[in-house]
Amino acid sequence: MNEIAIRTESLTRDFSAVRAVDGLSMEVPSGIIFGFLGPNGSGKTTTINLLLGLLEPTAGKAEVLGFDTRTQPDVVRTRTGALLEYPGLYEQMSAEDNLEFYGRVWKMGISERQSRSKELLVHFGLWERRRESVEKWSRGMKQKLAMARALLHRPSLVFLDEPTAGLDVVAAASLRDDLAGLAAREGVTVFLTTHNMAEAEKLCRLVAVIRKGKLLAVGHPDELRAHTGTPHFEVAGRGFNEDVLGLLRARPEVSAVEVQDNRLSIQLRKEMDVAPLVSLMVGAGVQVEEVRKGKASLEEVFLTLMEEER
Amino acid sequence: MMSDVWTVMWKERKGLFVSRGSRARALWNLLVPLGLVGIWFPVVEGPNWVSSPLALTALLVPMLLVATTVPDSFAGERERHTLSTLLASRLPDRAMLFGKLAVAVGYGWLVTIIAILLALLTVNAAHWQGHVLLYSPALVVADVVLSLLLAVFVGGVGILISLRAGSVQAAQQLLVTIMLIPPIVLAVILTALHKQVASALGGLDFMQIVLIVIGVLIVADALLLRVTIARFQRARLILG
Repeated sequence: MNEIAIRTESLTRDFSAVRAVDGLSMEVPSGIIFGFLGPNGSGKTTTINLLLGLLEPTAGKAEVLGFDTRTQPDVVRTRTGALLEYPGLYEQMSAEDNLEFYGRVWKMGISERQSRSKELLVHFGLWERRRESVEKWSRGMKQKLAMARALLHRPSLVFLDEPTAGLDVVAAASLRDDLAGLAAREGVTVFLTTHNMAEAEKLCRLVAVIRKGKLLAVGHPDELRAHTGTPHFEVAGRGFNEDVLGLLRARPEVSAVEVQDNRLSIQLRKEMDVAPLVSLMVGAGVQVEEVRKGKASLEEVFLTLMEEER
Repeated sequence: MMSDVWTVMWKERKGLFVSRGSRARALWNLLVPLGLVGIWFPVVEGPNWVSSPLALTALLVPMLLVATTVPDSFAGERERHTLSTLLASRLPDRAMLFGKLAVAVGYGWLVTIIAILLALLTVNAAHWQGHVLLYSPALVVADVVLSLLLAVFVGGVGILISLRAGSVQAAQQLLVTIMLIPPIVLAVILTALHKQVASALGGLDFMQIVLIVIGVLIVADALLLRVTIARFQRARLILG
């Protein structure tokens, strides 16, 4: 198996005067869930279209599963699955027929497509309703069926373009669990675009952040935090008066201090032992009930990167 | 390639009678031309129906059916947001094109044949002459072959319109409008130049005229299909 599922080198795509993807160079290892994060219009969907060989790059190149997307787009599409911006289901057809059609598209044999359809419909909890037309299904159910369709032919790599967008909290969590379970069980590489930082944090081994077509950062969420996020800790208690806040602000390792509802939030310039600061507060008369050291969330990392790029 | 065309045809066939989400509308689109050409006109016209060019009215059937089916099949994929998923699959462009076109044309043609046979039954049942009335050979050739060629022609034009239309409805309206232009132009020419046309065609019998029209339509269909193949490409469709 190819160890690198996706490799891009200076991948660029222009639409008239607009550069949608700008010199994108990255590698996605096989067998992981890779988060591709960026705001609306940042070039995520164009990147997927380039990787699927649906669009030709203006410059640069991309290899998917070892195949050049410009010269071998058919091979790329044969070996990958995709759940794009919309579920793309034929709503007048039953769930069973939707999978049957794509099973035929992927040239699966009759018994193989029947058993695989059953396996996926059971996994996603849709088996009992397989003969209904999907028109009246909830958005979450449709999205699950679309996910089943994307995985039907056991692709080595699957592209998921914001699969939980528009789903309620429960449906999104359920879909995420299903995705994580399937990815782990089948060893499939997942290229996941999302706005949801908590989702990326929970699912992705590697994340890349893109803005205006440019790659801003790529790495494990912890690495990005280390490079970009701000270490901080919170203290719950009483006695956070101006004198205490003044003492803390005077310390060189403290970058910001904020009080809200008996909770003091302290941002640090670097990772450090917070015990001396807690002692300082106790010495100044603060009654400490709880100290919680926090890491920057991926959302904070994302926002910091967006801010830096501006 | 052929198995991919069959796969697309399988899917298209499934969606044929649920045109734009309404089975009733799809049934209506089917029954109106069948009723008019298969029952109403033969009853009104009587034995004249099987021996005069009136039977060519059946040629309207494939035109009407293909004009509603093709936009629904092509522009409908984009309108219903199923196109990008289809394009992201391994299906070749031509399999999608020919699979969709084959079902639309096949449907229009099959219904036309049924309408022609139904009309024959109706004429014999409603106007029994003591023997079975049959179409003249020239009319059979004209109805059967021209209906197929017209279905392909309307299908080709419909695909080109659908690729650019904003919606299924817009594509259907434009296609029907365009379909009306040739008969109107032909009627104007025949009215204005009927003596010249009559003298030019005077030496030709009906069968010869039918064969000339068939030849013209074969060339037109071939050209149209070439243009359609050139236009129906993933890179263009994904940006549409």
